[in-house]
Amino acid sequence: MTSVPEAPVPAKVVLTRVVLNQADIDRALTRIAHEILESNKGSQDLVLLGIPRRGYPLAVRLAAKIAAADPTVDPAAIVGQLDVTMFRDDLSHQAMRPPYPTQLPRTGIDNKVVVLIDDVLYSGRTIRAALDAIIDLGRPRIVRLAVLIDRGHRELPIRADHVGKNLPTSSSEKVRVRLAETDTVDGEPVNEVVIEATA
Amino acid sequence: MASQQQDAGTGAYLIRGAAILGGAPEDLLIRGGIIAGRGHNLPADGATVIEAAGLVALPGMVDIHTHLREPGREDAETVETGTRAAALGGYTAVHAMANSTPVADTAGVVEQVLTLGRTAGWVDVRPVGAVTVGLAGEQLAELGAMADSRARVRVFSDDGICVHDPVLMRRALEYVKAFDGVVAQHAQEPRLTAGAQMNEGEVSAVLGLTGWPAVAEESIIARDVLLAQHVGSRLHVCHVSTAGSVEIIRWAKSRGVNVTAEVTPHHLWLTDELARSYDPVYKVNPPLRTDADVQALRAALADGTIDVVGTDHAPHPSEHKECEWAQAAMGMTGLETALSVVQHTMIETGLMGWADFARVTSTAPAAIGRVEDQGRPLDAGEPANVTLVDPAARWTVDPSKMATMGRNSPFAGRELPGKVVATFFKGHPTVLDGKLNTPYRWLPETPAAAGTAAAGSN
Amino acid sequence: MRHLLSTEDLGRSNAIRILDTAEEMAAVGEREVKKLPTLRGRTVVNLFFEDSTRTRISFEAAAKRLSADVINFAAKGSSVSKGESLKDTAQTLSAMGADAVVIRHWASGAPHRLAATDWIDAAVINAGDGTHEHPTQALLDAFTMRRHWSRLAGTPSTGADLTGMRVAIAGDVLHSRVARSNVWLLRTLGAEVTLVAPPTLLPIGVEKWPCSVSYDLDETLARGVDAMMMLRVQGERMNASFFPTTREYSRRWGFDDNRLRALDSLGLKDTIIMHPGPMNRGLEISSAAADSPRSTVLAQVRNGVSIRMAALYLLLSGDNREPAHHANSTPSIPAETTSAHVTKESH
Repeated sequence: MTSVPEAPVPAKVVLTRVVLNQADIDRALTRIAHEILESNKGSQDLVLLGIPRRGYPLAVRLAAKIAAADPTVDPAAIVGQLDVTMFRDDLSHQAMRPPYPTQLPRTGIDNKVVVLIDDVLYSGRTIRAALDAIIDLGRPRIVRLAVLIDRGHRELPIRADHVGKNLPTSSSEKVRVRLAETDTVDGEPVNEVVIEATA
Repeated sequence: MASQQQDAGTGAYLIRGAAILGGAPEDLLIRGGIIAGRGHNLPADGATVIEAAGLVALPGMVDIHTHLREPGREDAETVETGTRAAALGGYTAVHAMANSTPVADTAGVVEQVLTLGRTAGWVDVRPVGAVTVGLAGEQLAELGAMADSRARVRVFSDDGICVHDPVLMRRALEYVKAFDGVVAQHAQEPRLTAGAQMNEGEVSAVLGLTGWPAVAEESIIARDVLLAQHVGSRLHVCHVSTAGSVEIIRWAKSRGVNVTAEVTPHHLWLTDELARSYDPVYKVNPPLRTDADVQALRAALADGTIDVVGTDHAPHPSEHKECEWAQAAMGMTGLETALSVVQHTMIETGLMGWADFARVTSTAPAAIGRVEDQGRPLDAGEPANVTLVDPAARWTVDPSKMATMGRNSPFAGRELPGKVVATFFKGHPTVLDGKLNTPYRWLPETPAAAGTAAAGSN
Repeated sequence: MRHLLSTEDLGRSNAIRILDTAEEMAAVGEREVKKLPTLRGRTVVNLFFEDSTRTRISFEAAAKRLSADVINFAAKGSSVSKGESLKDTAQTLSAMGADAVVIRHWASGAPHRLAATDWIDAAVINAGDGTHEHPTQALLDAFTMRRHWSRLAGTPSTGADLTGMRVAIAGDVLHSRVARSNVWLLRTLGAEVTLVAPPTLLPIGVEKWPCSVSYDLDETLARGVDAMMMLRVQGERMNASFFPTTREYSRRWGFDDNRLRALDSLGLKDTIIMHPGPMNRGLEISSAAADSPRSTVLAQVRNGVSIRMAALYLLLSGDNREPAHHANSTPSIPAETTSAHVTKESH
């Protein structure tokens, strides 16, 4: 992707480059869906838990793709949302955020193969919190992690099982994931992943 | 202008070019305890000159209503600290209310207060005698003995508590006629105000604080003016706080009732909205009322329905104000802020001039208290009780810098106009340059007072 | 939000945020592990100058479910016996490292003084001050009403308010902090409130409140009501002539069996009966009414823990330190913003 300077901001210039467009995202998700089925040797006991905010729409999309590949799967029945706000380790260092709802699939997570879904894997602290949240909710047989973007800079020993794209970044850059379910640009829903760097 | 030790014997001061009662500038020569001369270009003749261009000269202020707390509550204030505050506030006489411990209901206690005042020497302390023994509202105190004592008590009050028994109030009003006394009533019907914390109104309804309804003040005043009329007595109403009270007093005066009324500086400015902070510095009795009441009180002071300003200076130790509202003591300090507050609310709003100010802070209160040597015109031959004020000055209220021990000023942090530059008490400067100078030394009169003072003019 | 002192100045978005957060807290109460690590290492002090086992236990349960440490301080110092001053007690607790002080006090305004002065550094939650406010009670009442109202409408509770709900509150309004807190909060959430009481138990100035006032309970029911909240009335008030006898009070303003039947005959089949507790069965509410299926009294108690968890979470999380120490952080969410979710890059 080419460098596209944003309209100049008086104090500083933010350089944005699109690293994944809509088609790229879709292909990555299709691949991840198949990898999930492959690792699990099928769809038995699969549960996809999306981490709000954007992990959940990704989980919904993955469930649809899994159902497309395996028609025995009811996508709505395997998707859930896991809010990790209450388990974070940095609550008193950030602005207060109210929790999102946690909704597990009707069949629960005990003895299931739970795949956590998030948009970006960075320090690993969100996933650490998610593991604590899961343990309080039940006892999955296996827990795996699927992310759309892995941008490195891990602070904890956490790794993803399925990665849409590895994106080496510097910590001064910001990675923005935009999904039509949650984001608009100029009023239009958009699917893309961009990196913003301050010049 | 140097702070000088009093020159034994001469103590002469020439006040040059002050606006007399806010009028045309003239010179005032103070010597030998009296105003020795008034005019233009008076020769100094060895007197200390005080350049007073731009300053206003007023008769020394007389407070009809102060709490000096001594004897008994010296943790809140003493006669020494309270009268220092009074002098700094421009006062040359204060009436010390009787709710001390022991109560000032005998000749002995009022004479003790008188002596404390004379020993301190900052202002003329005129003790107020209680109406009933122990302020209990049951039996008349020995009013005649107090009137005949060295303290020459003329004002009697159970202030803090209402003389609510109508028969007792009638008797007191009648009895004091024998020695030209006056009963000063704290109008508060006790049953209607049981547990009361603040004005009863929209604010108290929201704050969940028990209300002190205006009718509890007005109904007592209505009764008392009718009683005073019936028995032909003088009546003085302390700290009037409501528009309704003003109307009743106006009506009574129009019918020829011999009633005088007093308003505090804080009731001329502050409203019950301040209680929303629950800061007990705003807790006072009678309580702060509504803006409509404030406007009515200002108009009444201007048109003479209310005769005088009385501070109701009520210092409290900080632990009685740094607590929950319901636990807090009621009262505000006022001696050092009175002049500025009256200037802000009455003079700078155009309701009064300095001549009116002199009437309500000096002439009229001296007349009510029968204080013969105070509230006099600033003319040659009169006693030299004079206050010099700089109306253009601005200062910020800082209770920690005040002479009063009480830190409970509701004006803390506010910028106020007008500052007392000098106070002359019996021709001696108790305040010079806006700061305390030295106290006046009374001539020894009794063995108790002898030996405590250097000779000084009387 | 630094303190929770009243509902009078609680804006709509903060109020809804508390209710929505409480929904998530309620879910925790249904799990096997009824605990969250969120406030681990924080200390919550229950500073109760007035006896109240129920409210104190509710706050204690709420704090513990969030893994906070709880210290209970039953302070002496009533209007009758002067104990250690509020200032000294508060400073002692602060020196022991309290992050939040939950205070119940017999003097109106005591929590405000704690919050306004520099005696303590902690967040202050008002658990009931004199006859002034009881914000968490009003919040749990609103939470209970909202769940009912949303269920009737077939919509989820989250994000909803109480627009269109008709609420009647009957009892000793003059002396009730629950009434005051409810009036302000229900107004903020869009409900229509009617206060019902004898004239002696209504404060001067109530005409200016954002609600209607009626002396007639039956007429109020007949005009239609979706939630009927009965307030506790102290029988001793008749000794100060607020009403002649408890019998006459019950007959005119008590929710007795006749009025319970009236709800049915008026066709008000979904109307709920609420009470903050503790109840004077037979005085302001009959046993049949208290135990009827319409009664939400037990749900209110359950919801109290969730609401108090939400309050503790919202006050104790978030960066309350001085801005200078943390130049890059976004400030605590101010009163009326609608967007509550901040995207931060620490995934």
